[in-house]
Amino acid sequence: MLNIIKKEIRELLTPASIASMVVVAVIFALVGQMVGSPMNEITEKPSIGVVNQDEGLFSQTAIAVINENAEVLYLGEDRDAGWEKVQEKGIALLVIPEDFSSSILEGRPARIEVNWLLKGTGLMDNISSVAVTGLIQMINTSISEELISGGIEIPPEVALSPVGLSETVFLKDKVIPGVSPEALSGLLISQSVTIPIVIMMMVIMAGSTVISSMGLEKESKTLETLLSLPIRRRDIVIGKLAGSAAVGLIMAVIYMLGFNYYMESLTVSSSIDLGALGLSLGMGDYLLVGLSILLSLFAGLALCLLIGTFARDYKNAQTLIFPVTILAMVPMFLVMFKDFGTLSLLLQVILFIIPFSHPMMAMRALMFDNYVLVIGGIAYLAVFSIAITLVLTKIFSSDRLLVGWSWPKRGAKA
Amino acid sequence: MNALEVKNLVKDYGNTKAVKGISFDIAEGEIFGLIGPNGAGKTTTLRLVATLLEITSGSIKVFGIDAVKDPAGVRKIISYLPEEAGAYKNLKGRQYLEFIANFFGDGKEKEEILRRGVQIAGLGQRLDDKIERYSKGMLRRLVVARALMVEPRLAILDEPTAGLDVLHAQEIRRIIKDFVRSGRAVLLSSHNMLEVEFLCDRVALISEGMIVERGTPQGLKERYKRPNLEEVFVEVVG
Repeated sequence: MLNIIKKEIRELLTPASIASMVVVAVIFALVGQMVGSPMNEITEKPSIGVVNQDEGLFSQTAIAVINENAEVLYLGEDRDAGWEKVQEKGIALLVIPEDFSSSILEGRPARIEVNWLLKGTGLMDNISSVAVTGLIQMINTSISEELISGGIEIPPEVALSPVGLSETVFLKDKVIPGVSPEALSGLLISQSVTIPIVIMMMVIMAGSTVISSMGLEKESKTLETLLSLPIRRRDIVIGKLAGSAAVGLIMAVIYMLGFNYYMESLTVSSSIDLGALGLSLGMGDYLLVGLSILLSLFAGLALCLLIGTFARDYKNAQTLIFPVTILAMVPMFLVMFKDFGTLSLLLQVILFIIPFSHPMMAMRALMFDNYVLVIGGIAYLAVFSIAITLVLTKIFSSDRLLVGWSWPKRGAKA
Repeated sequence: MNALEVKNLVKDYGNTKAVKGISFDIAEGEIFGLIGPNGAGKTTTLRLVATLLEITSGSIKVFGIDAVKDPAGVRKIISYLPEEAGAYKNLKGRQYLEFIANFFGDGKEKEEILRRGVQIAGLGQRLDDKIERYSKGMLRRLVVARALMVEPRLAILDEPTAGLDVLHAQEIRRIIKDFVRSGRAVLLSSHNMLEVEFLCDRVALISEGMIVERGTPQGLKERYKRPNLEEVFVEVVG
C-alpha cells in the first residue's frame, strides 16, 4: 500500500502543481495586502477638513467630537481653503452651516454638508468613507445627549436625531449631489463586479479551448494535415483566432445575461438613475467598450494560441491553461477592488500590460470620461494583437509546431 | 519533367543530423518507396517534401516548383498523409471530407472531389457517423480518401495501409496503383515489404539519414540474390 501512496503522491505533486499552488498563495497574499490597506483606513482616524460657519453651541460640540475622532486637516471658515487641504490627503470636507445650532434649538434637524472626495469606484475605494459616517453618528449622539440632559424642549424625534447629512460626491471631474459613496458604489456594482467576472470567465473558457485545441491538433496529428493544405499559414492563425473569438463572444453574452440576473437578485434595486448623475454612456462609448472587448479577446486568444504551441498533447495543454487563468484573475481582482487611478504605479503598469484588463476597466473609465485610458488601451491591444499574430505566423511557418521547442534525438519520429 | 527532385538534402535538429545529404528523384507516373528502420530519417524526408519542415541545405523541387522558394505553390499540388493521421473527432466523416474539399475547389469541382472521397473511403452509411465512433481502420480509410480525393500531382504517403485489414489494405493499394496512371506520382514510406514490393516501381533504402541502396524491387532482389525485399532490407540495413 505504501508503494501505491508513494506513486500517487509522485503523480499528483508535479512541479506544475506545486507552482500552481505557490502562485495561488502569492495571489491571495497580494489581494490580502490590497484589501488590508483600506481595512486599516477604517480603524484609523479619517483625514477631513471642517468649515464652521456657525457660531452657536452645538457646532462647538460637533467640532470637539471631530477633533477627538478625526485628523483635522483644516478648521476655519474658508470653504476653498478647506477643500484645497482635503484634496492634498483628505477624504471629505464637512461644512457646518451658519444655522446649525439655531435650527436645532428651533426644533428642526440641522444638516452637516459632507463633500466627499472619492478617488475611485472600486469596492475598496469607498471604504474610508465609513469612518466619516461614524463620526457624524458620534456628533449626533453627543448633541442628542446635550439636548436631553439640558432639558431643551424640542420635538423628541429631533432630540434623538438632531443632525442630518447633506452629501455630495466629488469623483474625478464629476460632481454628484445627493449620493453617498456607498450608494454610488452600489450603483456601479455592475461595472465593478459583473464585467470583470464575466470577462475573466470568458477569457478562461475561450483561452483554454484554444490551448486545448492546439494540444489536440498535435496529439491527433491533424495539425500536420492542416499545415500541408494549400492555405497560407497566416490564414490558419487568423482563422483559428477568429473562430475562437466568435465562440468567446457568444460565451460572454450568455455569461453576462446569467450573471446579471444573479447580481440583480442579490442587490436591492436603486432608485438613483445613472443618467441623472451624468454617468450614462453614449453610443460612442458603447462602441469603444465593444471594441475593447473584441480586441482584448483577440489579443488574449492570440496569447493563448502562442502558449498552445508549447503543448505537446491534450494532457500537457491542460497544464498550460494555468498561466492564462492567473492572467485573467489578477486584473479581475484589481479592477474589482480598486480604480486604475488609485492603484500604485507598479500595479497600474501590470494592469495595463495584461490584455484582459482593458475591457474590465473600460465602462467605468468611460463613465468618468477617462478616454485616455480606454483609447490608449485599445491602441495597446491592437499593437499587442498584431505583434502576437506575427509571432504566431512565424511559428506556424517554422518547424517548431511539429518538432517542439527542444530538438528530437536521432531515432525519434520527427 | 520529374515529379520530384531531391538533391543533397540535409536536415539538422540542433546537433542531431536527421537527414545527411540524400538525393533521389521520382518520374511522373512512378511510385517511389522510401524504406528503412525506425528513426532512419524517412518521416523527416517526407515532411521536408511536404514543406512541413525547413530544409537545412539542399533542394527539393516538385514538378519544377522549388519547395524553399515557393512552399505554398508546392502545397497546391501535393497531398501528405502522415503516419497515424487523425481527423477532427467531432465532425462526421462526410463533413471532414467536405472541410478538406473546400480548400481545393468550390461548386461542381468540390462536389467531384467529395464524390471521389466518398468512393475511396468506402465507408457507406458510416460516413455520416461522427469520427469519434470510427475504428482505427475506418479512420485510416477516411484519411487515405482525404489524401487521394484531391488528385494531387504528388501524393506523399507515410504508411498508407497501417491499421487496415487485409481486404481494405488491398483496396487502398489498388487505388494507389490506379492513381499514378494519369501522370501523377507517389512517394511512400512503409514497413510492409510485401506492400513496397507490390506497389513501388523503385525503392531507396535509408539508414541513419543516408540512402544506402536504391533500385527496382526486382533489381535489388537480383543484386543481393534474395527471394524478397525483406531479406534484402535485412542484409543492407541490418
